Amino acid sequence: MKRGLSEVLAGNAYDPTRLVQILRGMMELEGYISPSVITEIAAALDLPRSAVEGVAGFYSFFETEPRGRYRVHFSDNITDELQGSVELRQRLLDAFHLELGEVSRDGRLSVKLTSCTGMCDQGPAMLVNGRPIARLTPARIGAICSLIRGGSPVDQWPENLFTVDTHLERADRLLSTPIPPGAAIDAALARGAAETLAVVRRSELRGRGGAGFGTGQKWTACAAAPGPDRYVVCNADEGEPGTFKDRVLLMHHADALIEGMTVAGLAIGARKGFIYLRAEYPFLKPTLEATLAARRAAGLLGKDIRGQRGFDFDVDLHMGAGAYVCGEETALLESLEGRRGIPRNRPPYPVTHGYLGRPTVVNNVETLIATAQIALFGDEWFRTLGTPRSAGTRVLSVSGDVARPGIYEYPFGVTVSQVLADAGAERTQAVQVSGPSGTLLARKEFGRRIAFEDVPSAGAFMVFDESRDMVRVVDNFARFFAHESCGFCTPCRVGTTLVKQMMGHLVAGQGSRRHLKDLARVSKVMKQTSQCGLGGTAGNPILDGLEKFEPAFYGRLPSLEVRPVFDLDASLAPAREATGRDDAGAHLDPERG
Amino acid sequence: MTTVAPKRKLRVATTSLAGCFGCHMSLLDIDERLVDLLDHIELDSSPLTDIKSPGMCDLGIIEGGLCNAENVHVLRHMRERCRVLVALGACAITGGLPAQRNHLDIRDCLQTVYMTGVGVHRGFIPNDPELPLPLDKVHPLHDVVKVDYFLPGCPPPAEAIWQLLTDLVAGRTPQLGHGLIHYD
Amino acid sequence: MMPPTPTAAPVPRPTFQLDDHQVPFTPGQTVIQAALAAGIYIPHLCHHPDFAPHGSCKVCTCRINGRMATSCTFPAAEGLQVESEAPEVQALRRDLVQFLFTEGNHFCPSCEQSGDCKLQAVAYDLGLLTGHYNPLFPDRPVDASHSDVLLDTNRCILCELCVRASATMDGKSIFALSGRGITKHLVVNAESGRLGDTILAVTDKAMSVCPVGALIRKRQGFRVPIGQRTYDAAPIREIAVQGAATAPGTGGQTP
Repeated sequence: MKRGLSEVLAGNAYDPTRLVQILRGMMELEGYISPSVITEIAAALDLPRSAVEGVAGFYSFFETEPRGRYRVHFSDNITDELQGSVELRQRLLDAFHLELGEVSRDGRLSVKLTSCTGMCDQGPAMLVNGRPIARLTPARIGAICSLIRGGSPVDQWPENLFTVDTHLERADRLLSTPIPPGAAIDAALARGAAETLAVVRRSELRGRGGAGFGTGQKWTACAAAPGPDRYVVCNADEGEPGTFKDRVLLMHHADALIEGMTVAGLAIGARKGFIYLRAEYPFLKPTLEATLAARRAAGLLGKDIRGQRGFDFDVDLHMGAGAYVCGEETALLESLEGRRGIPRNRPPYPVTHGYLGRPTVVNNVETLIATAQIALFGDEWFRTLGTPRSAGTRVLSVSGDVARPGIYEYPFGVTVSQVLADAGAERTQAVQVSGPSGTLLARKEFGRRIAFEDVPSAGAFMVFDESRDMVRVVDNFARFFAHESCGFCTPCRVGTTLVKQMMGHLVAGQGSRRHLKDLARVSKVMKQTSQCGLGGTAGNPILDGLEKFEPAFYGRLPSLEVRPVFDLDASLAPAREATGRDDAGAHLDPERG
Repeated sequence: MTTVAPKRKLRVATTSLAGCFGCHMSLLDIDERLVDLLDHIELDSSPLTDIKSPGMCDLGIIEGGLCNAENVHVLRHMRERCRVLVALGACAITGGLPAQRNHLDIRDCLQTVYMTGVGVHRGFIPNDPELPLPLDKVHPLHDVVKVDYFLPGCPPPAEAIWQLLTDLVAGRTPQLGHGLIHYD
Repeated sequence: MMPPTPTAAPVPRPTFQLDDHQVPFTPGQTVIQAALAAGIYIPHLCHHPDFAPHGSCKVCTCRINGRMATSCTFPAAEGLQVESEAPEVQALRRDLVQFLFTEGNHFCPSCEQSGDCKLQAVAYDLGLLTGHYNPLFPDRPVDASHSDVLLDTNRCILCELCVRASATMDGKSIFALSGRGITKHLVVNAESGRLGDTILAVTDKAMSVCPVGALIRKRQGFRVPIGQRTYDAAPIREIAVQGAATAPGTGGQTP
């Protein structure tokens, strides 16, 4: 057996539901997952080899071919782009005479792109062997080049390279109301499970992950579902580009989060919880593990919590491996069970058929922290902030063209213009609320409010000033969705790629009116027929862009005629090379054949 | 039945790009009804008339996809001269059989065919400026110009071509019923 | 024969509305199962009566109670309003099938499955003349290593029928999907990646469920000439409901 594999397998109890964790372990050891390792893992877990290969091939941080000893992923969010990531990436590539996607000949370095790494307030950012480095500058890139040349292992690089800042710019109730460890659990124990469910229902707390489903309703349905086991899952797979508030919450409010999970466990009758943490946040793992250990030691997790006989609850930490779609709750459950992160057919819903087919609540980090506060301070206290249909506060991740990017918490109902003013935004042209899957707002809409009944938000708030080209912004989002589509259903798998292709034609000056029409058409097909929210929302930035920034799109058309969708002259280059010709007939003018 | 004045005949140009002329053969398969058709249409440039370059036409019918620079020139010329353009047959619509080379490097293709292939001795890759250079990939027509109508088939059945032409002559949007749509 | 009594009268089956038809169903059936059993065709590709609902191709999308949903995963229920032949529904299906033609390398004239291919037959049914979008021309492998079977992934539409058949009926798990998004692709259960190194047998269920020409039996080519194949004889709309009860109240389903 491959060196280290048996330890990785044993460390995961030879448990097939931990396949993603096992493959992560082999990535850390070997830098890639070789065909023979796949065969060995399949045999050890008694899984079909093809299934293990399918999982290894699904997640973007798994490599099935040898990569560089230093594996660099540049964050490719639009905010990184605005902060100069393209030039910095080129600087690194040039230093090693490398193309994007290649491995250097000495096997030292490989460079790829990845989706938003959640460092939008301190970008541009990259990952080196999975570890984030934020606030990239030419000087930092120079230092990184020297370290790579010197060959020192990444865990011996200067620690200051890896520091992640917290820019807490505005705290409201959620961020400024500490919970003494155990206090919310005590309150819930005193109240009992049924009354705790009732309090959460009465609080009118709605899920902070984006969909806004009533948390109390979800918990109540799960508690009522028949089954021997129930589960609480914290969705910490914060992947929406432009969102980084969960990173801050996990860093500074882990205790409150786990308190909320424990309250959920009590309320629904679960004995086990999971935190599914996105792969891009490995630096949070020690914090979370330490918090879990401290709470176990304090009798806040484990058996007979707070001395209550039979109240057993514990939490496992699962790491993702690079897949935005796993933020979708049923895809997350698939991943948690060790499979490809493919959204399930619904019904049935996770509250009745979730993890391992058992009743499960899946909640966002911010939601669970709020439930701990509700358990302690009550539903009336919670409802005093916000709007009638959006109780409580919203933590926003503000980035882009603002003077003070960072975390801003407001009661629901805050206007977009208020947030812009507080963050020091000037000459703002557009705001992408809730990330690419959300709503693109033009200036005339800045009076609208962040609330479920107006502009719902999963937390992202990306600002673009007048100097920005909105076609490039939408193009970045199109590339994001194509990269992250899981590929299960036809509309999303093909539609996101067609949109990316057509946006590429527009940006390259090869677009035509037909493309504008087809962009809208494909977006609508995705919206109406996709399996999950990824495909269902992938057309949003296209449709918003075409509607609200139409002149920018038309301005990209070289003429109203249909243009060739490929570079005619470049397509003759290989034949020119083979024949040695360079006469006039060996060229096709891209402007005029 | 009497008519007031004979309607102006539609001027039609046809050409074959990266095709096998099978679609043109299918056009001829319309047989004796071609005579009726000629009451309504007038052929401009076409392999059937040997006129080399189209004048201004109402209708252009194109067989075959785009595999080389000359195909691109001819297609663009047809698009300029023809009010309505029809992609006729599998190759014009999908690239067809020639597009099955698209996963190969055209340099390797030329190398194999002209230098290293079985039975080739002291070969060389032709480099005469008279010869059109191949594109790196074979493309359908709508990758380069606007195409108004598509008539699939390898070749499209004569009956389908007849239907398309009579619909266009009558000023109707062409409609193909079941049995007339075939991709093979 | 016993005279009918009120209690012995057959309990009327529950029904839902599908276009102009009242479709009876048995609880537990999905919309498409009930429709096909009643002799009403809803275009589909990844649905197969022998397997659990999958819902990936989305071609069977209908407007159900006002919202688009896949009829292969939607449980039949009393009083549902299902629109299948509405122009907007058919337009979505056309786009989805055009997406599939655009995504793969579907060169019907050189494919042994032509005339027996469900993708092609559904496209005929929808009246598609072109893939409309600019074709992607992906570079995909052909695997001829198996003695009896050719695997040509150029034609694969990722319906997972072979995956499901091999796992649930053959008990072999020969096939699986790897990659994701547009790079999603079929893999086989062998470290070499070659079909010839798997235990696939030509008699496996997995071999008979491929709706396209991705899994082809060797040495069978052109036994039936082009023009005389399944969907040359009759449209898929008729063939798919052969043996089903006649649609109620319609006097037979007219395509």
